[in-house]
Amino acid sequence: MIKIAIVGFGTVGQGFAELLIRKKDEIERAVGKFRVTAIADSKSSISGDFRLDDALKMKRETGRLRDDVSAMEIVREAEYDILIEASVTKVGGGDGVEYIREALRRGKHVITSNKGPVVADFDGLMKLAERNGVKLMYEATVGGAMPVIKLARKYLALCQIESVKGILNGTCNYILSRMEEEKLPYEQILKEAQELGYAEADPTYDVEGIDAALKLVIIANTIGVKARYEDVEVTGITQITPEAFEVAAGKGYTIRLIAEVSREKLKVSPRLVPLHHPLSIKGTMNAAMFKTDTAGNIFVAGRGAGKEETASAILSDFYEIYAGSR
Amino acid sequence: MSEVLITLIVELEDKPGQLLKVLQPISAMGGNIVGIVHQRGKKTPLNRLPVEISFKIDGRKVDRLIKELKSLGIVIRNFNEVRLTATTSVLLIGHLIHTDISDTINSIETDGEAECVEMHVRMPEVSGPSTAILTISASGEDKLKEALEKLREVCMRKEIIIIEPVNEELL
Repeated sequence: MIKIAIVGFGTVGQGFAELLIRKKDEIERAVGKFRVTAIADSKSSISGDFRLDDALKMKRETGRLRDDVSAMEIVREAEYDILIEASVTKVGGGDGVEYIREALRRGKHVITSNKGPVVADFDGLMKLAERNGVKLMYEATVGGAMPVIKLARKYLALCQIESVKGILNGTCNYILSRMEEEKLPYEQILKEAQELGYAEADPTYDVEGIDAALKLVIIANTIGVKARYEDVEVTGITQITPEAFEVAAGKGYTIRLIAEVSREKLKVSPRLVPLHHPLSIKGTMNAAMFKTDTAGNIFVAGRGAGKEETASAILSDFYEIYAGSR
Repeated sequence: MSEVLITLIVELEDKPGQLLKVLQPISAMGGNIVGIVHQRGKKTPLNRLPVEISFKIDGRKVDRLIKELKSLGIVIRNFNEVRLTATTSVLLIGHLIHTDISDTINSIETDGEAECVEMHVRMPEVSGPSTAILTISASGEDKLKEALEKLREVCMRKEIIIIEPVNEELL
């Protein structure tokens, strides 16, 4: 019986719980029996004997869980084999770093969807996991459902990855591809994106390239390029004019916010992308192009955000830990 | 085919039809005219008008073309050939005109190994930012890289955003 604890019970944590209920039979066929033994959000928790669907219902109806036990206490004392750390990303790490460290010290596997801790202390956390003989997985931190981390770590493991160029922020890609289509100013398309729920009321984190830069740091460290957030040269999309798309199209290009990592470069910036290039992808999609020595160029694309997409990335890590060697 | 960029300065009589005499043979040999500048302020004592013509052409045809122009009686004052093996486009956004766009472009042309061979500018409002796409050709990838490095420096100083292509590996 695999015992699962979930810390962080917002969109992502709930999405994962829902997926566990909906796909219970498939999951158990793949990895064996499992049970969620503890859940915590920022102010409440539940542990011991409870039904997952009851916990979900209570959270949805009352905004909290049954007990007052803190998330840290759950991580430190509850009975579980694997921690799903799905708290909200904070630049600099936030509480997530401590949850992950504590779980790893206890010899528990950790799957996180939280960029903050992975960016803040990539090496430290990886070494801690190794020392304790457990795994730290983080597919859900980058590109939503699109497989990027395991692609690099597993399937391209013996390739030299020379560079990765990616579209890692769906908000920016939506805004740019709409500007391209409508020839309207940035401010107007941003408003549209906010109305559709594709952009936050304060869009800074997305449109200034911060989110893409955090994800780039994670990809960089994954492919062996030691990088910190401060090392990334970041330019956002707020200065781009509608005319830019017209003049670019005249030479066969469009414009996308591209995150790029190679041995020499760590950069998030708007770039000219040939109109027929796979990275000229539209809407809220994410995409990544890996350039390798032996496998040539590998391209992946998919929905970069969303409750179910992120939950599916967590589930793929879960499968990897318990059934990945099959 | 290895393409070259030719900059030719010819002296023409200042009367209609003279320029065409030069352009026809260039075009007949598949040359692609990039720019024509009449140097009106630099008339010769014989009242001839220097005209600078830039064009791209298959490098193997250059000798034949020059011979033909001479045989037509055209006075070639100066002739400069740059082997262009590397080309890229970059997009600039900012106050391009107020920050002296020709100075911006000249920054890449300092050693004659790289040239801005094409440019389109859009300026919807005089006070607002303008947008331009430049095509830069250079005698080799190293020279193109150097030119871009210079352009980046100038753009940073002038607070111009430079948008570079994603496809060219050398970048």
